[in-house]
Amino acid sequence: MARTLAEKVWDEHVVRSAPGEPDLLFVDLHLIHEVTSPQAFDGLRLAGRRVRRPDLTLATEDHNVPTVDVDQPIADPVSATQVETLRSNAREMGVRLHSLGDVEQGIVHVVGPQLGLTQPGMTIVCGDSHTSTHGAFGAIAFGIGTSEVEHVLATQTIAQTKPRTMAVTVNGSLADGVTAKDLVLALIARMGTGGGQGYIVEYRGAAVESLSMEARMTLCNMSIEWGAKAGMVAPDQTTFDYVRGRMHAPTGSEWDNAVAHWQRLVTDEGARFDEEVVLEAAEVTPFVTWGTHPGQGVPLSGSVPDPAELPDTGDRVAAEKALEYMQLAAGTPMREIAIDTVFVGSCTNGRIEDLRAAAAVVRGRQVAAHTRLLVVPGSTRVRLQAEDEGLDVVFKDAGGEWRGAGCSMCLGMNSDQLQPGERSASTSNRNFEGRQGRGGRTHLVSPLVAAATAVTGRLASPSDLPTADTATA
Amino acid sequence: MDRFTSLTGTALPLRRSSVDTDQIIPAVYLKRVTRSGFEDGLFAAWRKDPDFVLNRPEYDGCRILVAGPDFGTGSSREHAVWALQDSGFKVVLSSRFADIFRSNAGKTGLLAAQVDQEVIERLWADCEADPALGVTVDLERREVRFAEVVAPFEIDDYTRWRLLEGLDDIGLTLTHGAEIADFEANRPAWMPSVL
Ligand code: SF4
Repeated sequence: MARTLAEKVWDEHVVRSAPGEPDLLFVDLHLIHEVTSPQAFDGLRLAGRRVRRPDLTLATEDHNVPTVDVDQPIADPVSATQVETLRSNAREMGVRLHSLGDVEQGIVHVVGPQLGLTQPGMTIVCGDSHTSTHGAFGAIAFGIGTSEVEHVLATQTIAQTKPRTMAVTVNGSLADGVTAKDLVLALIARMGTGGGQGYIVEYRGAAVESLSMEARMTLCNMSIEWGAKAGMVAPDQTTFDYVRGRMHAPTGSEWDNAVAHWQRLVTDEGARFDEEVVLEAAEVTPFVTWGTHPGQGVPLSGSVPDPAELPDTGDRVAAEKALEYMQLAAGTPMREIAIDTVFVGSCTNGRIEDLRAAAAVVRGRQVAAHTRLLVVPGSTRVRLQAEDEGLDVVFKDAGGEWRGAGCSMCLGMNSDQLQPGERSASTSNRNFEGRQGRGGRTHLVSPLVAAATAVTGRLASPSDLPTADTATA
Repeated sequence: MDRFTSLTGTALPLRRSSVDTDQIIPAVYLKRVTRSGFEDGLFAAWRKDPDFVLNRPEYDGCRILVAGPDFGTGSSREHAVWALQDSGFKVVLSSRFADIFRSNAGKTGLLAAQVDQEVIERLWADCEADPALGVTVDLERREVRFAEVVAPFEIDDYTRWRLLEGLDDIGLTLTHGAEIADFEANRPAWMPSVL
């Protein structure tokens, strides 16, 4: 029978299937960080259990580590305790951990792919909702809760009811200056934050095929923001080229065996999805959010919508509340919104391509006087590579701050936070009330829009900028 | 988790309905990084009152909590179950439980047994009259017994079976250990390892 990509990967991982019970799936890679793992390890200890497969378990410190003075002890006591607990748990249970200061330390969803541990056809879980990122390789990857983390530690399996499947086909190609971030923000605005609920989504079509691996990660990363269980892209030559040669990629004849297998991981001709959505890439333009969830977005060329004009009562009430919180008036052109802080980073847009894109825009330009630019690489390796390419100097010369790796202002668990009432343009994935600091207001944007916004101090795209003064570049 | 067949002990009469999980354990007690030690947060706000039933010495050592309807509503925090267990409770009796609390309880071995509100009222009265009254909760027979009262309680078959067998989610999965081992033996050689 013709099967979808998701069904193939699922079927390959079923350890046990019984009527009326969820399937028991084998987990190929379990990623761990300091915030959602402490109780899982403690539960394991209380029950006298061990980590079943330390060889398939990888830990890193990311959510609340500082991004300055990383060689100093962590000042915040709660953060320090969580990080210390992860370190002692990893030591006791024999789990590989990349700590602050280690070259492989970074956001868990940046580290897995970078090490070549994220490969096509795998099942990957982590106590973090943006685990969907890894689906870019054609893996089934999703976030789990702390009790499930304990379950995976003890059994290397997870009990799951098979989700339905959805195809999101993006025809054509994205215009210059339009990124995967704009595409996914436009998609969420159309589908709503619950539109993907209960589905594994496969992104396909010419526009998706022509995306780089990192852009595919951005796309899959935000699957959870419209409710999908997971997002996937079928592996192809772009995928194989990205994985090849990385630290944990197969080599020699194992590589050939792996590729031979991965090539079969595509949706069969005639396979049926439970739901299909089609988008035209050419219609997507730089996209930004105006509200307090990722579905409240408009093209940058548009204006803050008038809640009264929204057909759905629920949407109308939500929009009114959002505008109140965001302190925005209906009808304001998005380009007129002044921004205090620009954040470039996170597991959505904190990889090297994102930093290159942002650097290319600010090169030879200056960050606006009343605006702050914070650049936080997704991993230490990304930071080092960027420094190798001189990107840090570009940001610093423009007046930006260059930081150590971590989640940072994506969720404001460390000291990188917005002040109450402050407004940000952020390349992260969530614009919830207070997400980046209590009372902070967030506009989600692409790295290109973020960089242009830093220069003008208002939401902008690179095409809004006068030509750079190359004499100072 | 431990097997549960039948338990006889004293009961704590909590004369309140709609006890939400924020009352069971307020958010400030959730910062801990361990799975144990949550007893200090149990009903923390109410315990500031020295007359609160949990503070009264005659109820020391109770293992059965008798609460009003709609117990465990609100936030899904599993800590609510842990706080009760860490305080020594093995059973909560109520005439109606919030779904998420009932499911969290079943996963970690706290018996959430649903009885008629009349039984709750009678238990409240009897336990207040005699804090040393012995109450038996018999999971095999699905019965609560005290004084001359024998009352049935409701629990779904699957949760009952798991409690009787002492199987938490992990224990249950580990009963399929052979299947997991089989699967592991057949994974392709090129699959990555972090070591
Ligand atoms: S960068 Fe943000 S979204 Fe990504 S893992 Fe960290 S906190 Fe979560």
